[in-house]
Amino acid sequence: MILLLALALGVLGILAVVALSVVFGGEDAALLVLRAGLLLTILSVVVLSLTWLERKALGRIQQRIGPMRVGPFGVLQPVADAIKLVVKEDIMPSWVDRPIYWLAPLVVFVPSFLVWVVVPFSGDLVLRDLDLGVLYVLAMQGLTIIGLIMAGWGSANKYGIMGGLRSAAQLISYEIPLLVIAMTVAMLAGTLNLTAISEGQGYQWYILLQPMAFFVFLLAGLAEVGRSPFDIFQAESELVGGPFIEYSGAHWSIFFLAEYMNTFLIAALVTIFFLGGWSGPFLPEVAWFLIKCYAVILLIFWLRGTLPRLRIDQLMAFGWQALVPLSFLNFILVSAVMFYGWPVWVHTGLGLVTLAGAAVFIYTRQASQKARPRVRLVSAREVRRV
Amino acid sequence: MTEAQRLESVDILVNMGPQHPSTHGVFRMVLWVDGERIVDCDPHIGYLHRGSEKLSEGELYSQIITLFDRMDYIGNFNTELAFVGAVEKMMALTVPERAEYIRVILCELNRISSHMLFYGTMGLDAGAMTPIMYGFRERERIQNLFEAVTGARMMHNYFRIGGLREEPPDDFVARVRGVLPAIEQGIEEGDRLLTYNEVFLARSRGIGVISGQEALDYGLTGPSLRASGIPDDIRAVEPYSVYDRFDFDIPVGETGDTWDRYAMRVEEMRQSVKIVKQALDQMPETGPIKAQVRGIPRPPKGEAYFRAENPRGEIGVYLVSDGGDKPYRLKVRPPSFANLQALRPMLRNTYVADAVMVLGSLDIVLGEVDR
Repeated sequence: MILLLALALGVLGILAVVALSVVFGGEDAALLVLRAGLLLTILSVVVLSLTWLERKALGRIQQRIGPMRVGPFGVLQPVADAIKLVVKEDIMPSWVDRPIYWLAPLVVFVPSFLVWVVVPFSGDLVLRDLDLGVLYVLAMQGLTIIGLIMAGWGSANKYGIMGGLRSAAQLISYEIPLLVIAMTVAMLAGTLNLTAISEGQGYQWYILLQPMAFFVFLLAGLAEVGRSPFDIFQAESELVGGPFIEYSGAHWSIFFLAEYMNTFLIAALVTIFFLGGWSGPFLPEVAWFLIKCYAVILLIFWLRGTLPRLRIDQLMAFGWQALVPLSFLNFILVSAVMFYGWPVWVHTGLGLVTLAGAAVFIYTRQASQKARPRVRLVSAREVRRV
Repeated sequence: MTEAQRLESVDILVNMGPQHPSTHGVFRMVLWVDGERIVDCDPHIGYLHRGSEKLSEGELYSQIITLFDRMDYIGNFNTELAFVGAVEKMMALTVPERAEYIRVILCELNRISSHMLFYGTMGLDAGAMTPIMYGFRERERIQNLFEAVTGARMMHNYFRIGGLREEPPDDFVARVRGVLPAIEQGIEEGDRLLTYNEVFLARSRGIGVISGQEALDYGLTGPSLRASGIPDDIRAVEPYSVYDRFDFDIPVGETGDTWDRYAMRVEEMRQSVKIVKQALDQMPETGPIKAQVRGIPRPPKGEAYFRAENPRGEIGVYLVSDGGDKPYRLKVRPPSFANLQALRPMLRNTYVADAVMVLGSLDIVLGEVDR
């Protein structure tokens, strides 16, 4: 308990120092505060739009129309929800571990927000163009785990604790493929600067060079932010919300905000790493960036509308037995191609071959009799005769 | 305290229900878990006990039908039929053919709507949120039809001792025929969405396995028993009503795991559509819908046991009459209650996430478990 608290305070301290140095380092402070405030506003609007989009997209998948009442096509529904969440009674059970319970939402939210300080929306629309951008983003993103464990532990609820521990196991496992793929991308681009990675691609998007890495990164990213089908630490059907079970009102909404910001972050990273960032004809750069991000987001919503949830052991097995080896294989292949100076299409070829291999493996497994159970039909007339 | 004692891991006790989204009503299970693994499970029931059996002793026979509506509130017609059938058996009544066919059509449609709900909740238990919407879409078609026939969406109170309460609407046959293609399409759509989904297969195969012999020992009936490889269906083994006139198949599973129990229901929906079609073809267009019965029926002194195939399994109604206008004793053998007994052995050595899947695959209705 005290350990967790100390850890949390340490994390917040580090965050404060990092935030100060990143945001205020050597420029006009007032302007930067203004910019940071603007960024928070933009992100809040993006999150609101995401909740609306998710409900609409899921509604279409499920033959519903989604929210329709507040504003045209229900676009103001997220605003109404936000107002409801903020004015709602904030219930705190008497048995919670107060300091940890109070700090947890902050420890989840602050890193999720700070990540965005270095994420570029276009070539010149970025708060701080860090040279260590990739490292910074993934390090910050990894800190949210502590907040989730704190939320589970501080709630003193068994579902919460199970959810917190699940999130720790899940997030740590999926961090590895995420990092290795990011490393691969950095190797290809020759830089850790997000703007440079994006602009270095030109029209030779890395999804073309690294088709398999794209899938591995997207899946690991989904697991990293706990989206369906990897949402096992929230697991509505058995853990009833996991670490967030005892939170309500404004506290819960901070978790919610962080979750959607993280989802958007994964979409943004996929866009920057693999989809050529903001490159595109005619439209302004920001528009292209947002279009690509929302396309990835829609893909994520589509998965949520289609797939059931994995079980914890299957999730861990998938991470360690499929994604980690694949990401390392990709890393080795890219290193080899770059070391020997082979042309870029070799990347594509190798990526497609590994993808095809994975597809054939899945197909043969699905097609085998063992994997496809059948239902035997017995005629009722025969049963009657017996 | 030694270091070893300090680091010793203990099983924790997790309470699931009665207020939990996945216990299908007010069911409560107490799980002893070792990390994510379930060591033991202790089911608690009785949160919905209303004493229907005892209540029945103070009601006229015709009034008891409403109590049965509220017993298995997902398969109302089937449950009504079980009671009505018991009284008719006792009084040795012959029900007019037209009434029998309408009963069968309604019961089979009700089986489809019940299985559609099962299909949706099974998806929810597995963590997929789309199947419930598909399931409810089909359920709604059937429920609207029921509303047109009986005036109520769930508590129909439509079957009477010796027949039906009233003529169904004039366009009854046309309406049923009109709704069938949509339902068939809905079944296939749902089947494509979930049954062979890779994640769903991984989640449901080899979980909560129960062998055929064990299933018989625990008194499992209905789809849950057939999933273990035993083709036992009251509609075929001991046909009641006019079920001996239809040609249909009984789906049988191979291993008795959660997937098999799920697949039984999906296949049964197809078979029910088949039965409804045959019944529509064979049904006489005109004729009485109720046998000649006194306003207040008084079955002769004696006893009767009538069993019927409910969506959840075999429902048995044991009725003792002393010749009066109220039953002397009434006992129901509800399928959900018997099926629930197998939960404990099924859950041992599974994961916490499997608990809701296995419970969901048994398809219990608490109104019937607790009565």
